Amino acid sequence: MVTTAARFAIEARSIIKNFGDTAVLRGLDLSIPPGEVTVLVGANGTGKSTLLRILATLTKADSGSASVVGIDLAENGPLVRGLTGSVLHAPMLYSDMTVRENLMFFAALYRLSNVDDLIERFANKVGIESRLDDRVRTLSHGFQKRVALARALMHEPRILLLDEPESGLDAVSVGRLDDLIDEYRSSGRTVLMTTHVVEHGLEIADRAVVLTGGVVVLESTSPALDRASILAEYSPTRESTTKRDRRP
Amino acid sequence: MTRVIRFADPLPIASAVLMGVALWLIFVWVPTETNQGAVQRILYFHVPIAWGSMLGIFIVSGSSFMYLWKKNEKWDRLAVASAEVGVVFGGLMLLTGMIWARPVWAVWWTGEAKLTTALILFFIYIAYLMFRAYFPPGAQRQRLAAIIGLIGAIDTPIIYFAANLWAQAHPPIITGPAADSESSLGSDLGLVLLTATVAFTFLFIHLVQSRYNIRKAEDDIVELKRASGTKMARAGRSS
Amino acid sequence: MRDSLAVVWSIGRKDLLLEVRNKEIIVAIAGFALLVLVIFTFAVDLNQANARLVGPGVLWAAVAFAGIVGLNRAFALEVEGNTLEGLMLAPISRDLIYLGKALGIFLFLAVALMVVLPVFAVLFNLIVFRWEMLAISFLTIIGFSAVGTLFAAMSVRVRAREVMLPLLFLPVVTPLIMTAVESTAHLVNGRSWSDMSQWLQLAVAFDVVFLVVSAFIFQHILED
Repeated sequence: MVTTAARFAIEARSIIKNFGDTAVLRGLDLSIPPGEVTVLVGANGTGKSTLLRILATLTKADSGSASVVGIDLAENGPLVRGLTGSVLHAPMLYSDMTVRENLMFFAALYRLSNVDDLIERFANKVGIESRLDDRVRTLSHGFQKRVALARALMHEPRILLLDEPESGLDAVSVGRLDDLIDEYRSSGRTVLMTTHVVEHGLEIADRAVVLTGGVVVLESTSPALDRASILAEYSPTRESTTKRDRRP
Repeated sequence: MTRVIRFADPLPIASAVLMGVALWLIFVWVPTETNQGAVQRILYFHVPIAWGSMLGIFIVSGSSFMYLWKKNEKWDRLAVASAEVGVVFGGLMLLTGMIWARPVWAVWWTGEAKLTTALILFFIYIAYLMFRAYFPPGAQRQRLAAIIGLIGAIDTPIIYFAANLWAQAHPPIITGPAADSESSLGSDLGLVLLTATVAFTFLFIHLVQSRYNIRKAEDDIVELKRASGTKMARAGRSS
Repeated sequence: MRDSLAVVWSIGRKDLLLEVRNKEIIVAIAGFALLVLVIFTFAVDLNQANARLVGPGVLWAAVAFAGIVGLNRAFALEVEGNTLEGLMLAPISRDLIYLGKALGIFLFLAVALMVVLPVFAVLFNLIVFRWEMLAISFLTIIGFSAVGTLFAAMSVRVRAREVMLPLLFLPVVTPLIMTAVESTAHLVNGRSWSDMSQWLQLAVAFDVVFLVVSAFIFQHILED
């Protein structure tokens, strides 16, 4: 049912998104091959989150097109959402339901079967098994984030979109998250993430994409090696602009 | 200095000339209607204005539909321009209608089907404009406004049908001079109404056009702001 | 199809579960409607003739206003925790989210009405417990939920959403309010199905049109 012939796991073509008189994305192009972990780097307000929200079909681009494994977002939203798992800033959980109830509810929306086993398995994976029957309201921010992660993983998506997933997590959980991302990569799936710990992000990623002013200004397939130039490019206080201005 | 009025613009000129002719016809040429008296002359304004407000609603629904379909900004501009002018015409229609109804029907307002429908539609398009004013700017505002415009259009026949049923159950109280007589004017009435209607239609189109142009200029400014923001960002100084 | 219904029911059931825990929405609707009824017993001298005359209007005006309070609350709850976006991430088409939320609102209105109707019957001393009333209520609150869910989702991101929702909602549902008031008036005056059939047909048309149109249009509303 799913076309697998697509060359890119994620593809965006001249995406423009404005909020009032501020332009956030200004004709962004991006192609991400499958099986890679890509980290989006950029100062605040350069459109990283907006891009993720567009790919997650929460926000509509004003113009341009985007596709996930070759399926156009605008044409087949439900199918794309089934192939994508997203953890964005807010955990998006019902605080007066327990963790289990939340996961069961979303499992129903994702039309999953064997829900009880699934919940056990993914709860163990993200380390929330002890809190399954607590209401989400009583959980710390970090725990809520882990529940959100479990929700995003339950349907075994081929693409994972993570917006600063490490925020609120303790060191142990960040390690666990890294393992998870590794596991994703080794199974040929794709991760597109932002991070506020850029140096760490560059270490674990296969590819770094630097956004400035709503366009991609630099792409690197060896982020750990190109660290210096990436950081220089992304730094908001940097003076020189000549090189970048030549890029479309 | 820029000239505020462009004298080459034929529409306001035609509208002004015709309006003058219409005023002459209404107040000098046409004889006073024998049953209703002088107040009947307000109908020569009321009917064209009502026509203008209907035209407004019609254009709002049409261009809302076109905006949702084509996603072209010009349809959104046309929708909001005609909504604004249409609401002004609608308000004047309600006012002139009431001024006429008080002496002729002996009530300011009654539950007659057309009146009820007009009033409810007036409220829907007020809500349309308020929504636009309250909602943060962007493509979503235009989409949602278009949806309201469309819902209003879909609701119109249902409202009219309901208002009709309602009026049958609660017959409007009309006791004044209009209740029991035909007009004494005959074809004179038609000529005056026609002239006034054409004059008001020209005025309506002119107002919509002006509002549209202002809207376009506003959009251009936003576009410029975005572009200059882009320049700043490219220069690496945007945070 | 079965799948879709299951999804719609999941969303509705989730709203019920939350409501059982919070009791925010039904209490708001029922409480507000009851207060309007009580205040009207002071505003109007309720002898038998007056009660018949104004009762139906007061009842449905109270339900419409109270419904707005509930609608505002229902969507504020989904937005406070960003959970509406959680629904939007699910691999379902947007019309199912619409139908699920509308189902929740419908159930809340239905429960609230079960409280409000007996009190109305007592305060206004009118007999409303007849089969016809079930049909009237059913058709009316379906329409309220259909239009209300659409407009509540639209106004939830507006600065003054408490103002915006009634301004959008009330004019559009006037045909339905007329229907409910007129049919209820027929009912308290002891008339039967045939007298109100035209009104009920109108209500059915309204419900079908707005359920279909709203479900179809909802995808344009959610994504900002």
